[in-house]
Amino acid sequence: MLLIRCPYCEAERPEVEFTYAGEAHIARPADPSALSDDEWRDFLFIRTNPRGRHFERWRHMHGCGRFFNAVRDTVTDKFAMTYKAGEPRPSDEEIALAGSATSVGEARP
Amino acid sequence: MLLANHPLPGKTIPGDTASRLSIRAAEDTARFSLRIDPAAVQAAGTAFGTPLPTRIGGMTATGGRSALQLGPDEWMLTAPVAESDGIADAFAALQEPHSLVDVGHREVGILVEGEAAALALRSAIAFDVEAMAVGSGCRTLFDKAQIVLVREDENRFRIVVWRSFADHVWGLLQAVSREIALGI
Ligand SMILES: [Zn+2]
Repeated sequence: MLLIRCPYCEAERPEVEFTYAGEAHIARPADPSALSDDEWRDFLFIRTNPRGRHFERWRHMHGCGRFFNAVRDTVTDKFAMTYKAGEPRPSDEEIALAGSATSVGEARP
Repeated sequence: MLLANHPLPGKTIPGDTASRLSIRAAEDTARFSLRIDPAAVQAAGTAFGTPLPTRIGGMTATGGRSALQLGPDEWMLTAPVAESDGIADAFAALQEPHSLVDVGHREVGILVEGEAAALALRSAIAFDVEAMAVGSGCRTLFDKAQIVLVREDENRFRIVVWRSFADHVWGLLQAVSREIALGI
């Protein structure tokens, strides 16, 4: 069972409690009516779909109910870190630091 | 509580000496879902008559009333049935923006007690039930049914589940208590 750390519950929780919610840090255009059809299409549908590190949204659906962001490797499925919604995209250093500090054995519900 | 459709009235899974486990439908209680800005948690605690916990999973209890924090701005409040109206009135007078919803009829409680309680729950819960702190609680999944699980004591857990899922949860508990009794 994959454990995901919820930044609001501050605990490692089983994957079944979570739902995936697409790519993170996609800001809604400030003035949607000013956009061309192509720009609106890009906002709605075009995603980076990377092979490797991905910034994505998750929701602790069957827990605290909150949306948050995660850094996950799409190849290995490893979660490097999770952080609260609204926080800026973490830097490479922050991700590396979080990855080295991860200790799944200390999971507390 | 609307007893007409209560799925578990007075039911028990007594277990036996071998199973070290007893499961029963919990006494009826008043239940509220409270949503309020965490900054106003102190005022809410005053209205409720019991200070609210300030950490997700945390629980407070005094004089038969208890509060469990389920989310950043969400608490489950429980109290004796007779105090239900008084709590609703107290929150109606609260000046902070909030939502208090009576969910007493939506859910039923199941008490799982005994040395094998954690073992029984582990059969359908994906996280480490043994590591859960006494006096804490959380929302989680029991098999595919969403529940609130509270560890009231080392060997006593309370499941709070929507009544339409209660039969499913009860059936699984019945099956697992049989397995534990047989030592499988
Ligand atoms: Zn959470």
